Amino acid sequence: MLQVVCIKQVPDTETRVKLAADGRSLDASGVTLILNPYDEFAVEQALRVKEQLGAGEVVAVAVGGAGVQTTLRNVLAMGADRAIHLKTDASAPDGLSVARALAEAIRPLDAGAVWFGKQAVDDDAAQVGPMVATLLGRPCVSVVAKFELAGQSAKVEREIEGGREQLEVPLPAVFTTDKGLNEPRYASLKGIMAAKKKAIEERPVDLGTPALERLALELPPPRKPGRIVGEGVAAIPELIRALREEVKVL
Amino acid sequence: MSILVYIEQREGTLRPVSLEALGEATRLAASLGGPVVAVYCGATDANLASLGEAGADQVLVAKHAAFAHYDGAGYAAAVAAAARATEASVVLLAASSIGKDLAPRVAALLGVGLASDCTALDTTGGKLVARRPIMAGKLFEKLAFPLKPAMATLRPKAFAPAAPAAGKSASTSALAFEWDASAPRAVVTGVTGETGGKADLTEAEIIVSGGRGMKGPENFALIEKLAEALGATVGASRAVVDAGWRPHGDQVGQTGKTVSPKLYVAVGISGAIQHLAGMSSSRCIVAINKDPEAPIFKLADYGLVGDLFEVVPALTEAVKKVR
Repeated sequence: MLQVVCIKQVPDTETRVKLAADGRSLDASGVTLILNPYDEFAVEQALRVKEQLGAGEVVAVAVGGAGVQTTLRNVLAMGADRAIHLKTDASAPDGLSVARALAEAIRPLDAGAVWFGKQAVDDDAAQVGPMVATLLGRPCVSVVAKFELAGQSAKVEREIEGGREQLEVPLPAVFTTDKGLNEPRYASLKGIMAAKKKAIEERPVDLGTPALERLALELPPPRKPGRIVGEGVAAIPELIRALREEVKVL
Repeated sequence: MSILVYIEQREGTLRPVSLEALGEATRLAASLGGPVVAVYCGATDANLASLGEAGADQVLVAKHAAFAHYDGAGYAAAVAAAARATEASVVLLAASSIGKDLAPRVAALLGVGLASDCTALDTTGGKLVARRPIMAGKLFEKLAFPLKPAMATLRPKAFAPAAPAAGKSASTSALAFEWDASAPRAVVTGVTGETGGKADLTEAEIIVSGGRGMKGPENFALIEKLAEALGATVGASRAVVDAGWRPHGDQVGQTGKTVSPKLYVAVGISGAIQHLAGMSSSRCIVAINKDPEAPIFKLADYGLVGDLFEVVPALTEAVKKVR
């Protein structure tokens, strides 16, 4: 079974962000770019399914500029077999144009499973996975926290408010992965060496007219300066008083 | 031209987050024009009479035998049909586990842009502008919608329900939509609860979170007792989740949940950037930490420097006395 893992390169979550001069984008200087943390679970699960079946191919796909190949190479080092780089210098503010480019690339691959992280930790939109599924007309389960292959279908669980939902889904299908699904592997030295020889196919892609327009990017409003109410148990009465009288939350 | 709101149900019960979206729709209708149309998906007739008082002018019911549980593809077909039939200018959903899954499918069917997890909506020149956090709240972006309808999901607790319009009723009619239920689809086989009826972190009014300062999973009993006294939901830092002390669903921060409760109590959490990003929009932040230099104190409205193993039990008793 061929499986596709769609990945995104994002700023490290430890990044302190700065606005660029245009007021609409992030200042890229000093920003470390990493594999989107939720995508690690997607890569790991695809590799586990391949290992369980004892056959098949895992293809990593990413949309982005030339720098994306570094991250694709990391995914190849984890164990993916090959990669497709949908190359564009445009950065789309909307999920739909990215989803359309991905769906077009994925459609001819006849994939049994298509994997995404549940959201990218930069734009936090959580859109592209279910959009690609809809464009491909495939069943989709998002935010998967447990996955079990059962012949030509899968038994999965997803987290919902206050509990979990169990689902059965026939393959081929699209999944987006949550933290806790698995423990992603580190690339081994052997894997890193092997990745150097694996193919990254580069294809130019036109994202077209974006379906959203970003007007501005802003820093969050500064919080009112707080205060230390005191030290140790002795400060509790003052804390209780402040919560009751000043913010009225008690 | 309508403002369409998807009304969410679980086990036939309407979810309050949808009333927040309905409330926002009534505010938008004042400047963009209405009517406010609610669309509901379910397997049986539900009691939707309350939707009129909550702001809806009209209710469309998409009834299907396969709709007892959430069905992404089926619900999306229905909501997209409702958007077309009512020539919606705006489509709103809650950014809940259903809404986050459903909205992108509807956007893909309609071929329009979607602003996820918005914290504010506004109109300029008769057009919608959405404000939403990115990077878990490190930045906010403002988005315009070149295509119609403009679609947005709304963060729970960021929008208020409309003041009940006593006696206002909404006309209810069946929605015509096409969907092939025999096509391969994901089917919900069961739902299990594991939080014992407590509010989910994303919808909680009060959260008490523990960090590495708790020193071990067994000490979270202290956090749970304080949370119980406050009527709060328990959260955790990434360090604690990665160490296996707490389940992943409890994590607050950039690779966990972004929360905005009325009160956030951070216990033994130093305040890594990725954690602060996830909770900095809380209305009031209380930090309890023994290190007066901990970064969490820079963000906190009220800081208490001290040994949490002494402070938390005493605070729990003090809270019990006033609640």
